Amino acid sequence: MAGNVDALFIFLVIISGLMTLLIFGAVIYFAARYRHQRGVQAEQIEGSTPLEVTWSIIPLAVFMVIFAWGAVVYFKSRTPPRDATEVYVVAKQWMWKMEHAEGQREINELHVPVGRDVKLIMTSQDVIHSFFVPAFRMKQDVLPGRYTVAWFRATQPGTYHLFCSQYCGTQHSGMIGSIIVMEPAQYEAWMSGGSTGPLSATGEKLFAELGCSTCHRTDTQGRGPNLQGVFGKPVLLQDGRTVTADENYIRESILDPGAKIVNGFKPVMPTFQGLVSEEQLNALVAYVKSLSPAAQSATKTANAAPQGSGTQVQ
Amino acid sequence: MATTTIAPAERENYLNKEYGLGSWLLTTDHKRIALLYLISITFFFFIGGFFALLIRLELLTPAGDLVQADTYNKLFTQHGQVMVFFFLIPSIPAVLGNFLVPMMIGAKDLAFPRINLLSWYLYIAGGALMMHAMLTGGVDTGWTFYTPFSTAFSNTKVIEAGLAIFIAGFSSILTGLNFVVTIHRMRAPGMTWSRLPLFIWAHYATSIIQILGTPVIAITLVLVVAERALHLGIFDPKLGGDPLLFQHLFWFYSHPAVYIMILPSMGVVSEIIACFARKRIFGYTFVAISSLSIAVFGFLVWAHHMFVAGISVYAALVFSLLSYSVAVPSAIKVFNWTATLYKGSIHYDAPMLYAFGFLGLFTIGGLTGLFLACLGVDMHVHDTYFVIAHFHYIMVGGALMGYLGGMHFWWPKISGKLYPEGWARLAALIVFIGFNLTFFPQFILGYLGMPRRYYQYPPEFQVLNVLSTAGATVLGIGYLLPMIYFLWSMRYGKPAPDNPWNAAGLEWQTQSPPTTFNFEKEPVVTWEAYNYDEIDAGHKEEVPVVG
Repeated sequence: MAGNVDALFIFLVIISGLMTLLIFGAVIYFAARYRHQRGVQAEQIEGSTPLEVTWSIIPLAVFMVIFAWGAVVYFKSRTPPRDATEVYVVAKQWMWKMEHAEGQREINELHVPVGRDVKLIMTSQDVIHSFFVPAFRMKQDVLPGRYTVAWFRATQPGTYHLFCSQYCGTQHSGMIGSIIVMEPAQYEAWMSGGSTGPLSATGEKLFAELGCSTCHRTDTQGRGPNLQGVFGKPVLLQDGRTVTADENYIRESILDPGAKIVNGFKPVMPTFQGLVSEEQLNALVAYVKSLSPAAQSATKTANAAPQGSGTQVQ
Repeated sequence: MATTTIAPAERENYLNKEYGLGSWLLTTDHKRIALLYLISITFFFFIGGFFALLIRLELLTPAGDLVQADTYNKLFTQHGQVMVFFFLIPSIPAVLGNFLVPMMIGAKDLAFPRINLLSWYLYIAGGALMMHAMLTGGVDTGWTFYTPFSTAFSNTKVIEAGLAIFIAGFSSILTGLNFVVTIHRMRAPGMTWSRLPLFIWAHYATSIIQILGTPVIAITLVLVVAERALHLGIFDPKLGGDPLLFQHLFWFYSHPAVYIMILPSMGVVSEIIACFARKRIFGYTFVAISSLSIAVFGFLVWAHHMFVAGISVYAALVFSLLSYSVAVPSAIKVFNWTATLYKGSIHYDAPMLYAFGFLGLFTIGGLTGLFLACLGVDMHVHDTYFVIAHFHYIMVGGALMGYLGGMHFWWPKISGKLYPEGWARLAALIVFIGFNLTFFPQFILGYLGMPRRYYQYPPEFQVLNVLSTAGATVLGIGYLLPMIYFLWSMRYGKPAPDNPWNAAGLEWQTQSPPTTFNFEKEPVVTWEAYNYDEIDAGHKEEVPVVG
């Protein structure tokens, strides 16, 4: 991804360098060539419509090339690949909390393997933050009350800056961390330590504890929709609209169940606003996703061979 | 005060007609009100500049050592708020526009002289409240007031600052309204639309933005205050609000506000280039229309501040495309100014040096705007120093260069005195060099990934930050110089002739300084704008070089 952005950036530097040379060159040349001389009067020129059209159309054409190229790069970076490894990110004043789908938790650090697509599902507990990794040319604001998504694929092992780039208060410039890109073997070894089990398993437990499973049963008899295979599919709502069951939809259905009622069901579900933390919400979302194996991303369970890592936190 | 007598034969003018504080504070003369604004915005400029100086000193080292983190956050917040709302937005319109719009169209005053005075009092009321907010604790939200930080998390004087800007906004709206009515209704006989100086076209376009855009920021700030004080859920998701709604509303004004700052400056530059190249502006009609199209298209591009904020990719696509539409009229202007120089008879007086400076800095600022409007690149450089550098090239490099150029150009008319030309040329050079040294390294910093609003930063960014701070020191000297020699010239400067530059334009046909009602009798215009051929045919002699 960094390569794509850099190529576009260099193209822009060349284009604007040429424009700068052209304009500066012309201004300096004219200023010197036509400097005031006694007895020589300026020659009045009214203007020229063909010239005006030319220097409107040519820049516009160049702009359109820049626009189109930029749009392609942007679209690619906004569309996470389907089989990306998922990491849930919760931002708060002033730290980054990461939770791997496999259950590992980290603060201000994110370990990822080289060459694998990593999808970030991010939300904030308080104000707006922004997840910025300059080396990956990647940035996405992290908002309270909803998920935003970003993805990257690291190509070089190493440690890279993670910055919060949306001003968030006193320690904004202290809300920094590291993305640690490891060789796959090292990463597997790191992964195997200190996990409390996959995030979806935590979610499954919560699903039972909170009583969700009494209504969202695995048959058609429940008072709530059967959630098997729902994720990633279109859902017909009572008011006739159809929405895709993505992370934000599941999140909203937990916190504000009355907002989008599934066709054929009654708005009987109580809200869980304030009853579940962002981390618990993430686990629930991960669990619901795990009920749709087709749409769900490849969730890799941690291997054996426990090997603790000092960077992990509970 | 600019009313020192230098010769017994001094003619009556707007400065010496009446004396005493009352004659200034209750004046309805657009020229005196312009001077009231000049004094007030200069005051705020130096306050904002002082904040900038502290910011640059803090960033000299990677660690946070000069001030506390919270203090730093207040410094950049208040630097932005003061400079944007209390200096740049009023700068050219309220000072030079106020002084010149009536004179350039051959009118005695603005259409609503008392509303004009009211504008100044609103500005002062807003400014006083802003000062109060800053002196009793300050604000730390960033000048952008992003929610929910501003409504639910900041423990500073958000409400006061918001209301201060709300009040000052009405000053801006009323000035815009006054200009639009004046330009429509009070042009002298023969002063047709196609004979208007481009300065007037630029102010007309600016006024439209002021009238249509400012109410939106006013409403937005009221909503921020309502959410903060009354916990109405508008922007904060915890109260059922939408934080992106704030950003849409904020930028709906604050992007066009950039054009409130830059369009008048473009108007100034058109006047200066025409005068010192002794030529009619190349493609007059296109330059005039491009001002209006910037005003219109400027309203359609706001969400390019939000490409990574969480808006839909399709919305981003549309706003990126539209952003390029506003780049075209800006490019047209630059090409036309350049073409005006062709076969001109170019003088290098200080105003022209500022105009050259404007051309250079605005070109760089404009071209780097292409990077930010480009979706793929914005993802990376958004909210980094690249953005800081870009908008300073436009708003300081562009708008402030134009303002200083204009102040030099019209100073003989405003004060009746000549400023020292040598010093003025030196200052123009210092500002240009200092500016580039300050802000060019920030483009590189941004591309390397240094986020904006960082109190401390990783050590690899230090070299470029040191360069930037060094440049800021030079720049500071460059800004102090004109202040010193303008003040000096009020007492010691040589008396200015009525038309020291042999310039076209009705404002030069009055005496310097003008009388209260500008013209002895209503002028009748029989010539086109920028009739430098006729003027120079009449004066075979060289344009008097001043200083």
